[in-house]
Amino acid sequence: MLKRTALFECHKNLGARLIEFGGWEMPVQYTSIVDEHLAVRSHAGIFDISHMGQFFVKGAGAEKFLNRILTNDIRKLQNGQGQYTLMCNETGGVIDDLYAYRLAEGNYFLIVNASRIGDDFAWISKQTGDAEDFQLENASDRYSAVAVQGPRVFEFIDQCFETGEKAGAPAIKSLKKNDIVTANFDGTQVLIGVTGYTGEQGVEIVAPNQVIQKIWETVLEKGKTSGIKPAGLGARDTLRTEVCYPLYGHELNEQTTPIEAGVGFFVSLEKGDFIGRTVLESQKKAGPPRKCVAFKMTGSSPPPRPHYRIISAENAEDAIGEVVSGTQSPSLNIGIGMGYVPAEQAVAGRGIQIEIRGKLFPATIVSKPIYKKVN
Amino acid sequence: MTNVPSDLKYATSHEWVRLSGDEAVVGITDHAQHELTDVVFVELPSVGRKVKAGETCAVVESVKTASDIYSPVSGEIVEINKAVSENPGLVNTDPYQGGWFYKIKLTDAAELAKLLSAADYAAKVNA
Repeated sequence: MLKRTALFECHKNLGARLIEFGGWEMPVQYTSIVDEHLAVRSHAGIFDISHMGQFFVKGAGAEKFLNRILTNDIRKLQNGQGQYTLMCNETGGVIDDLYAYRLAEGNYFLIVNASRIGDDFAWISKQTGDAEDFQLENASDRYSAVAVQGPRVFEFIDQCFETGEKAGAPAIKSLKKNDIVTANFDGTQVLIGVTGYTGEQGVEIVAPNQVIQKIWETVLEKGKTSGIKPAGLGARDTLRTEVCYPLYGHELNEQTTPIEAGVGFFVSLEKGDFIGRTVLESQKKAGPPRKCVAFKMTGSSPPPRPHYRIISAENAEDAIGEVVSGTQSPSLNIGIGMGYVPAEQAVAGRGIQIEIRGKLFPATIVSKPIYKKVN
Repeated sequence: MTNVPSDLKYATSHEWVRLSGDEAVVGITDHAQHELTDVVFVELPSVGRKVKAGETCAVVESVKTASDIYSPVSGEIVEINKAVSENPGLVNTDPYQGGWFYKIKLTDAAELAKLLSAADYAAKVNA
């Protein structure tokens, strides 16, 4: 039995097409992936991300504990700030990629992938051991969330919540990337983080299940004149692929390190020991054996898809890797993707071929992100 | 409500057939294009290929997935629609005219009797 979010009825009423994702029945599109994608690039979109997991880690020992299980340096965070980070196993393989927020001293809030909630919580609990100076809570069932993304979001988002001087909370549009604030909505406290998964400006709003439907409706109403549209997981995937954000299960898994995946920037070697450090340190210094590259098809071709083989441009017999994400880019109107190739071949500008139903189509390795915002 | 022209025959796998003498034009239905949405690539069979009814003979790719298209009738491909290869969006905007896939010379006219009438196909997709 698939799980449904508190917004399921809203999706039904909007005529959404539903798919299974990470054990959840989620909207893949309402009207069209391309329309929803372009709305987010030019105006605004709202996504149901209630399937994602929320953990709290609280207590005097929380900071030290998190710095041992996560790759980024959590000591860099002030109250009300967050960071992208990863959780690795002993061999540097990625258990999950997540956002870690410091809500207050000794009060940390983690947002993890839907498909990884169970594995993450089991792993973190195992690392906790007998520690008594912090408590771990999986609050995923109590919280829902929406992402509001696009260049016009800050025109209306403050109208949806009680923020600004009167409410004693800073205006959302005054916040910096990765900041998080507590705001009031209809008498309920919600968390608003300035982040996203689309390459656009925007926020993610985490709220108790019972208010999320009213938040969804309010954001759609207040954002109407700014051209907001509900957007599904289909657009979420094409948007993140264009800007080369990794998706767990595609670019990342327990056999892949953050260095190979190209997110080594979020692995801090300045913070002492942490799980996976030995492998990650040596890969950072000597270079990883393989790398996740972005590529663009060079002409008309079917869209590249996950698991298609990457073939050398010089030798049709030489399979050098595999596509992990691929689609037709709605912004660029060409096939794009990401895949793993040997490090020595991971050079922007280099030609490759993608094998699609037995035929080879030319592509070029490009620097990340594939889509760059023109302002 | 999906558009189902009354002068065509339909396959349960959502292709349409427009008969003209011993040849037929084949495409995919309005219902099918709506289900696929955002068609971004169409791979057509080569002219001269002989296909059997029910055989995979084309691929339609939307942003999200690749879908096989099955020939509703047996015969030899005599013409393909180059316009739809160059502009796959025709499948979405004009599925029964500009978005046709291929013309086929029939080898077994009796197969036509196995296809659905417009009324039966409409009943199936609007059910």
